[in-house]
Amino acid sequence: MPMPYYVSPEQLMRDKADYARKGIARGKSIIVFEYADGILFLAENPSATLHKVSEIYDRIGFAGVGKFNEYEQLRIGGIRLVDVKGFSYSRADVTAKSLANAYSQSLGTIFTSEVKPYECEILVAAVGESTGTNEIFHILYDGSVTDKRGWVAMGGQAESLGSILQDKYPGEGVPDLPTAVKLGDETLRSVEERPMPAENLEVAVLDRTRARRKFRRLTDAETKSLLG
Amino acid sequence: MSRDLIRLPVFGPGASFSELLRVAASDLTPPPEVTGALAVPEGTTVLALRHAEGVIVAGDRRATEGLQIAHRTIEKVFAADDMSAVAIAGAAGPAVEMVRLFQTELEHYEKVEGERLTLEGKANKLSQMIRANLPAAMQGLVVVPIFAGYDEARSAGRIFKYDVTGGRYEEDDYHATGSGGKDARSSLKKRYRYNLTRDQAVKIGIEALFDAADEDVGTGGPDLMRDIFPTVSAITAEGIAEIPEDDIRRLFNELISERSEQMLPPETHAVGVRGPGGEQQ
Repeated sequence: MPMPYYVSPEQLMRDKADYARKGIARGKSIIVFEYADGILFLAENPSATLHKVSEIYDRIGFAGVGKFNEYEQLRIGGIRLVDVKGFSYSRADVTAKSLANAYSQSLGTIFTSEVKPYECEILVAAVGESTGTNEIFHILYDGSVTDKRGWVAMGGQAESLGSILQDKYPGEGVPDLPTAVKLGDETLRSVEERPMPAENLEVAVLDRTRARRKFRRLTDAETKSLLG
Repeated sequence: MSRDLIRLPVFGPGASFSELLRVAASDLTPPPEVTGALAVPEGTTVLALRHAEGVIVAGDRRATEGLQIAHRTIEKVFAADDMSAVAIAGAAGPAVEMVRLFQTELEHYEKVEGERLTLEGKANKLSQMIRANLPAAMQGLVVVPIFAGYDEARSAGRIFKYDVTGGRYEEDDYHATGSGGKDARSSLKKRYRYNLTRDQAVKIGIEALFDAADEDVGTGGPDLMRDIFPTVSAITAEGIAEIPEDDIRRLFNELISERSEQMLPPETHAVGVRGPGGEQQ
């Protein structure tokens, strides 16, 4: 009879976390900024159709890094959750906080109870009436959530991106759109050895000056003209 | 509920919102059956017509309950999304709920799939939703919308009408439905021309609603006392836009003064109390 093997919970969790982190480190990175009119998402993404950034609800956007099928499932799940909620109550009752909470619960359960943790990190952002009321939630592979201000970098190069943004992102106030796009582009380029054409940049905004649906993708031409 | 939805397999309900509701929140889908006849508010006249730049959709503002006015400012023209509109006639409650479900359905699909449904696809989806309402329609809760939008593939406006069974029929020029639908269609028939401009189409649409209100008690005309006017939306390649109320008010005022010039002057109408021989007292 084979001996049942014992692994301590600490060891098990550490192994799972290492595994998830390694998976995420292989993926490309995303930068999210607060800018004058809302929230800006910038991602290096060679595909024009498989998005890393997308719309969840009127004011809420989503960004995912890591394994595509995993964050894509979370994205679709999130859209389902908020559409059902907004349909049964009111559109105003859909909040980024409750969505972030649901994601956190899901990822937390997957991390502890499934053999393989999700190798992805996601971000839920909601644009508010003013910069002070924006909400950005960064959710990790194990379900831990952090509430962010100003900028967030996630993905393979998150640490090096973060150390650059720490210095370069304005300490007070928020940049306007062209400044933010340029800063994001420069930051992504500076950590990447490979050349990165502007078409490989996926850019989207949650723009509070828009009507009900605040989310909008910027076309390649718009991105190029912003980069100057 | 929240965790179940997030971990629902992606291939489960796919990109369909109504299928998702059926799977995940069946209490929110339309009620299956109603017994006995119900007196519910009814929407009356809506119409759509094509023009060179796209299509316009218009509706009066009255809801009736039998011979009573149930509501004076109901809206019957809804933007389904940026490129299409639904105009409702029939039982107002189920119709408004159907529109809300339809709007969410289109947006849900667009978000999940990353692209919009084609106009044809939207028209077919609405057809299925009307068919699902058939049991309620048998009880008198009939919903017969008009669906109109700008077809980006064809660069033209298109109009779809429906019957209670979900039958879908495309109209080449114009359509009107509801209690005053026949009167509105008669009016449109005389005034409609191929390749109207958008402004001409708005004018003709307004005239048709005016004629429907003139003949049909269920249809509300311009309410000058309360300053309530029918609503008109235009859909072109640039998207959907509601015609400003000021423009509609001006068009109605022009139409009224134009029509009143064609009427008998008031002094020729018999007024006053008459005796048995018809003589004025």
